Amino acid sequence: MTTPRARYPHRHLLGIESLEAPEILSILDAAESFFDVSRRSVRKVPTLRGKTVINLFYEPSTRTRTSFELAGKRLSADVINISVSTSSAVKGETLLDTVKNLEAMCPDVLVIRHQASGAPHYVAARTTAAVVNAGDGTHEHPTQALLDAFTIRRRKGRLEGLVVAICGDVLHSRVARSNALLLRKMGATVRFAGPRTLLPPAAETFGAEVHDRLEPALEGADVVMMLRVQRERLAGTFLPSTREYSRKFGLNETRLALAAPDAIVMHPGPMNRGVEIDPAVADGSRSVILDQVEAGVAVRMAVLWMLATEAEGEPAAGA
Amino acid sequence: MSEVLLDPVAVARGLRRVAGEIAEHGGVRDLALVGIRRGGEPLAERLAALLRELEGEAPPTGSIDITLYRDDAATALPNPKIGPSRIPFEVRGKRVVLVDDVIYTGRTIRAALDAVLDYGRPRRIELCVLVDRGGRELPIHPDYTVRRVELAPGQRIEVTQKDDGAWATIEEGT
Repeated sequence: MTTPRARYPHRHLLGIESLEAPEILSILDAAESFFDVSRRSVRKVPTLRGKTVINLFYEPSTRTRTSFELAGKRLSADVINISVSTSSAVKGETLLDTVKNLEAMCPDVLVIRHQASGAPHYVAARTTAAVVNAGDGTHEHPTQALLDAFTIRRRKGRLEGLVVAICGDVLHSRVARSNALLLRKMGATVRFAGPRTLLPPAAETFGAEVHDRLEPALEGADVVMMLRVQRERLAGTFLPSTREYSRKFGLNETRLALAAPDAIVMHPGPMNRGVEIDPAVADGSRSVILDQVEAGVAVRMAVLWMLATEAEGEPAAGA
Repeated sequence: MSEVLLDPVAVARGLRRVAGEIAEHGGVRDLALVGIRRGGEPLAERLAALLRELEGEAPPTGSIDITLYRDDAATALPNPKIGPSRIPFEVRGKRVVLVDDVIYTGRTIRAALDAVLDYGRPRRIELCVLVDRGGRELPIHPDYTVRRVELAPGQRIEVTQKDDGAWATIEEGT
């Protein structure tokens, strides 16, 4: 007999880096069942009744926060959202003090998004709650990588052996990092493509091929993952202009034709239509962008379920 | 030590009898059989086939996984693999017969009731089991039982279902 803890022997979900392939698979498998829950007439199961999940968001986010909130609610957990604009952080409270105060309310899971890389790790070492990294600086965004993997696996039936092109601002993208780590562990080939100024200096450490043009990265790719161009970067020294970026690195129908005939197009959102992705592609038949959003709730339900489930206690006897 | 409680012939005969009882209790109109995964699933299919022989029409069948509805779901799940639930019919207004291989504490059935109700509001829910081994911890009782036997807490019923028939055996210890 194994408990979810045995299948997922970690107390937190801080990044893909520390996960083994079988652990990733067990999350994806559990997410399949939770996916069905969201398609029933009653989209709720009583599994985490009496558990408390706190979403602590130091960066603005609608999609990820809503997704975690819905995931917790569909598991019947009590979910509390704290965003920085309404929190005591603006009043000068430190991250640690905020966490200590929240801890006094006995949450079972703390979901944290923070602009500083490593913030969830810092918190995890100082709290009794299970911590989920919902995006930290330019470091990792593990649940995004898991939901992307879930979406790919549903469409392609596998992850192993696929060629995945991750295109855009790879340098600043925690989505790219987590995805590259996960896809490698699952036996897929990762290609990074973007302007040279937006490629990580040691991309090879991810085991990814690196291209400074879009075309060679797209050639025969099974999955094309476009990254959001952060407009603030365009204003800075990284990029000349939106128009030039779009002309060289935007995904349009012509460029997509270079990919495998059954290639799927992904985007973690929010999209800049007409910048990194042409509206015709974003809304086209190969786009799975909305599938990703739907998958997000299922994957986060699986993660919350695994983390909020306690290892102690004897399984109830028989039938 | 293992003692045979039901051999394939006894299981087949018993299922035929309870299929008759299910039919007698309201025909097959608006009837649906829901097997509790995984032991109840093949039994529900067999009952549906028997009802087709008896009534000329097979009721729709489905299956339900109760993992997420267990009263110990948040503390100790014996198996994190959640199976798929499959209810390919409208539950609302139906007479649903839950089917399981063994009833013991009744907690699985409690969870299954909640799970079915989340798919809609059936007209009524009944319960059919292959073996009722006693030892209930909740006020739940099967409507149709192939075999009833009183076992000590240390004993266990093992049901094996293969293509050539099903066996129910009493096992000593764990």
